[in-house]
Amino acid sequence: MSEPPVLEVSDLKTHFFTKAGVARAVDGVSFSLARGEVLGLVGESGSGKTVTGFSLMGLVDAPGRVVGGSIRLGGEELVGKSERDWRSLRGRKIAMIFQDPMMTLNPVLRVDTQMIEAIRAHEDLSEEAARERARAALARVGIPSPDERLVAYPHQFSGGMRQRVAIAIALLNEPDVIVADEPTTALDVTIQAQILYEVQKLCADTGLAMIWITHDLAVVGGLADRVAVMYAGRIVEEGPVGEVLDGPLHPYTRGLIGSVPSHNRRGRRLTQIPGMAPSLLALPPGCSFAARCPRADSLCTAMPELVPTEGDRAVRCHHPHRADEPAIEGGSA
Amino acid sequence: MSASDPVDTPTVTDTTEAQTATVDTPLRRFLSDYCDSPLAVGAAVVLFLIILIAIFAPWISPQDPYDLAVVSIFDARMPPGSYAMDGTPFLLGTDGAGRDLLSAIFYGLRISLSVGVAAGIIAIIVGMSVGLAAAYAGGRTENLIMRVVDLQLSLPAVLIALILLAILGKGVDKIIIALVVAQWAYYARTVRASALVERRREYVEAAACLGLGHARIVFRHILPNCIAPLIVVGTVQTAHAIALEATLSFLGVGLPPTEPSLGLLIANGFDYMLSGKYWIAVFPGVALLITIVSINMVGDQLRDVLNPRLQK
Amino acid sequence: MSKQPLMRLDGVSKRFAKRLDTAEKIVNFFGGDRREEVVHAVDRVSMDIADGEVVGLVGESGCGKSTLGRVVAGVHAASDGKVFWRGKDVSTLSGAERRDALLKIQMIFQDPMSSLNPRMRVRDIVGEAPRVHGLISAGEVDDYVDKMLLRVGLDPGFRMRYPHQFSGGQRQRVGIARALAVEPDFLVCDESIAALDVSIQAQVLNLFMDLREELGLTYLFISHDLGVVEHLSDRVVIMYLGRVVESAPTEELFAGPNHPYAQALLDEVPRIDTRKRVFQPIKGEIPSPINPPKGCHFHPRCPHAFARCREETPALREIAPGRLSACHLNDG
Ligand SMILES: Nc1ncnc2c1ncn2[C@@H]1O[C@H](COP(=O)(O)OP(=O)(O)OP(=O)(O)O)[C@@H](O)[C@H]1O
Ligand SMILES: Nc1ncnc2c1ncn2[C@@H]1O[C@H](COP(=O)(O)OP(=O)(O)OP(=O)(O)O)[C@@H](O)[C@H]1O
Ligand code: SF4
Ligand code: SF4
Ligand SMILES: [Mg+2]
Ligand SMILES: [Mg+2]
Repeated sequence: MSEPPVLEVSDLKTHFFTKAGVARAVDGVSFSLARGEVLGLVGESGSGKTVTGFSLMGLVDAPGRVVGGSIRLGGEELVGKSERDWRSLRGRKIAMIFQDPMMTLNPVLRVDTQMIEAIRAHEDLSEEAARERARAALARVGIPSPDERLVAYPHQFSGGMRQRVAIAIALLNEPDVIVADEPTTALDVTIQAQILYEVQKLCADTGLAMIWITHDLAVVGGLADRVAVMYAGRIVEEGPVGEVLDGPLHPYTRGLIGSVPSHNRRGRRLTQIPGMAPSLLALPPGCSFAARCPRADSLCTAMPELVPTEGDRAVRCHHPHRADEPAIEGGSA
Repeated sequence: MSASDPVDTPTVTDTTEAQTATVDTPLRRFLSDYCDSPLAVGAAVVLFLIILIAIFAPWISPQDPYDLAVVSIFDARMPPGSYAMDGTPFLLGTDGAGRDLLSAIFYGLRISLSVGVAAGIIAIIVGMSVGLAAAYAGGRTENLIMRVVDLQLSLPAVLIALILLAILGKGVDKIIIALVVAQWAYYARTVRASALVERRREYVEAAACLGLGHARIVFRHILPNCIAPLIVVGTVQTAHAIALEATLSFLGVGLPPTEPSLGLLIANGFDYMLSGKYWIAVFPGVALLITIVSINMVGDQLRDVLNPRLQK
Repeated sequence: MSKQPLMRLDGVSKRFAKRLDTAEKIVNFFGGDRREEVVHAVDRVSMDIADGEVVGLVGESGCGKSTLGRVVAGVHAASDGKVFWRGKDVSTLSGAERRDALLKIQMIFQDPMSSLNPRMRVRDIVGEAPRVHGLISAGEVDDYVDKMLLRVGLDPGFRMRYPHQFSGGQRQRVGIARALAVEPDFLVCDESIAALDVSIQAQVLNLFMDLREELGLTYLFISHDLGVVEHLSDRVVIMYLGRVVESAPTEELFAGPNHPYAQALLDEVPRIDTRKRVFQPIKGEIPSPINPPKGCHFHPRCPHAFARCREETPALREIAPGRLSACHLNDG
């Protein structure tokens, strides 16, 4: 546990300068990631999960810009790097998997061409050696008969296979960190399970660290070591997965968990968080959750800080719940 | 415990929001988006002026260029900035028959625009009906219609119009027919393409579930959602129609001399080009150019604004 | 259940044929081998849905859930088999009777954006059908629309708004108000909450449960989310490649699924109450519905498959009162 983290993000700010105003899509996000760790990044749609991932990859396009903070990957500062440096980092040190695998795959090129190219962009390797590594990567993500699959085109794969090829490509240069943006959301349950299974094995076997972006708390519960909950561009709660899901401190996390139908509450009304997420362009002063929060009071017009609490956790709230309150009201019945 | 939770009431409504909501109608959004480009706003203003001129030509022209009592052959081919014998200025000079060129251009715009717009509207109606019918009927009907459309689109519009006019002869009605025949297929294709997309949308299915009739679904639900691309194609095609009419008139197969559109003015002035009397052909040409360019610029901006893929 | 079911499907199939286009015909003319592809989206499905029951329909992408839902809602006609509404074969109904039956079954769609006409105001979206069908007069439209909006928890002040001025959850409520406006008995919800945020899903799910209590509605609730289906349904029907493989009361199914596919599916679903579990997925891909495997559709992935499974299609049989399953293992 004394090992330094592979990735350390502090006070990251990515803003979009649009016609209608400045959207603070990511506004002061900090977290760190150890080797072999899986961090689940959850939150409402539009809360800035994808933009966080893009910022880590240096992929934020105009009108967006990383306006502050630092990203340290293996001790190296990434914020402020030139596009050239980014290109040499991407794929080699940090890689990304998208919800739509066709973001990674070129539909008109054979899989082997694409994979060999991806390897040789970073490393001076013979074609034979590169092909061998590509084959191994396909095998590692559980693709049967990888030799045949290498010479196929992306459209000849099913959705789940394509996603696995995309993961294999991300693995090619053995990056330290992979950012996965909802990679299984579009897939079927049984196919999702296959991918989660492979990913789990990979992280355990190779020490690969992962940021798994999703809105599915159940997936996070099954896969991640730690979880960070985002709301309106900020992390509102962070901590080990079990602790956060069993005893959420932040009212939003609590509402979120209460919203998920689960075994022991069949047929009962779900907790619902009233209202909807605020527009990033017109954030209220103070806590951005205040308008929907049952605990809000006059104190909440001042922005709470993300404060560490016991058990390696942190929460951004003036009136956090107690960790020993059950996650779901009346759920213990 | 959960049942008594105040947030758990079934009717969670944001009352405040309903009151403070701005009246954000599609029209308002459209206008604000359109005004993003100053160039396009300029083009729209120019186009608006041109349309006003065309409508009010008889009242704002310095001279009625086709009133033989006013026009004097002694004023023929006077350069821009000259004066008539009675002292009225010829801002843009006069043509071969002694007509004030500015007035002739105003009247010419009137004719060019009305022919172009009339042809455009008829072509839209024809093309829209055919396109909607094809998209909604599907199958063999659709195939047949679309083959005809493809055939038509593979031939140059000028060629179609020339052949037709050769058969029909000159006349306002004839050229409108020729323009409609040359252009309906563009509209048919546009409407069919968007109607096919709209037809698969869930709101059409919902309308079917609600037991609404075919006519209502096609005209009240599908059609309004196909209007945007139609407007875009309509503006551009109207510009084409005006240019096409000018071309045909220039070639002498379009409008009769009694309906002097811009194309005819250019043709008439062309004879004097070599003798240095450039203005007789050039000024109507410039008027035509400004008209077509401004319509096209408006059309381009409309395409950007109305394109759903570019909308947030 | 001696009462007549509200809806009965009897051997319903729905096939989609992809006809050859001209280019393919030309290819064939020169000796090519392009065939018409027929998708058996729904393959001989029979089921009863009782008045007031909530039936969850689950299965993986492309297994025919939406198609079955559309056949039930009368959007698609069945290619084969019969659909009975309150005991009457809908294909024999005529005119007014048919329209009434159609109106009594409404669909709630997945995409809250594309299921609302972007060019219509909420007032017209909700008020059009009851007005057209003469349920209300022109003067009553505003009051009626207000009533519907209140029922789904929307402010009547939203009446003159356009769909894009709403959030996803609110749009979904407008869609529900539109369906409720024709006084249906039966709602077919096709992935109706899948496109919504988790916290908003809860709002809409609660609304469905409230409406059931207030109006005594019957639901066919289509979803790939087993957690949601478990929460809401009285009975769950599981489909695989166009066929029903198991149908059971919710609690019994979740306590012990019978069909091997149902077992695998239930195992795979990540649940919020399980932590850091080890995923142990079923192997293999979902086969194409154009060329489904012979015999039991599930046999290439089934851990218990034996010779008979590759040849003979297992019938959906009652294995316990109220429980149906289609697997040869039950012949024991
Ligand atoms: N190109 C852009 N221009 C302006 N604003 C943008 C742009 N891209 C993203 N944003 C804003 O950034 C915010 C965060 O978006 P992001 O895609 O990160 O959300 P997310 O958490 O990934 O949501 P989802 O779950 O829907 O994927 C959004 O509110 C969006 O409005
Ligand atoms: N209109 C259509 N024409 C041709 N094929 C269709 C049509 N509608 C559905 N299909 C096919 O029928 C099969 C079943 O589709 P359906 O939409 O019912 O699946 P589903 O279970 O709802 O899947 P999903 O979970 O992805 O919504 C699919 O293979 C699909 O390609
Ligand atoms: S700071 Fe206040 S408003 Fe924000 S979550 Fe905590 S209690 Fe609620
Ligand atoms: S019939 Fe055979 S293949 Fe099908 S589910 Fe049962 S055991 Fe498996
Ligand atoms: Mg995202
Ligand atoms: Mg579906």
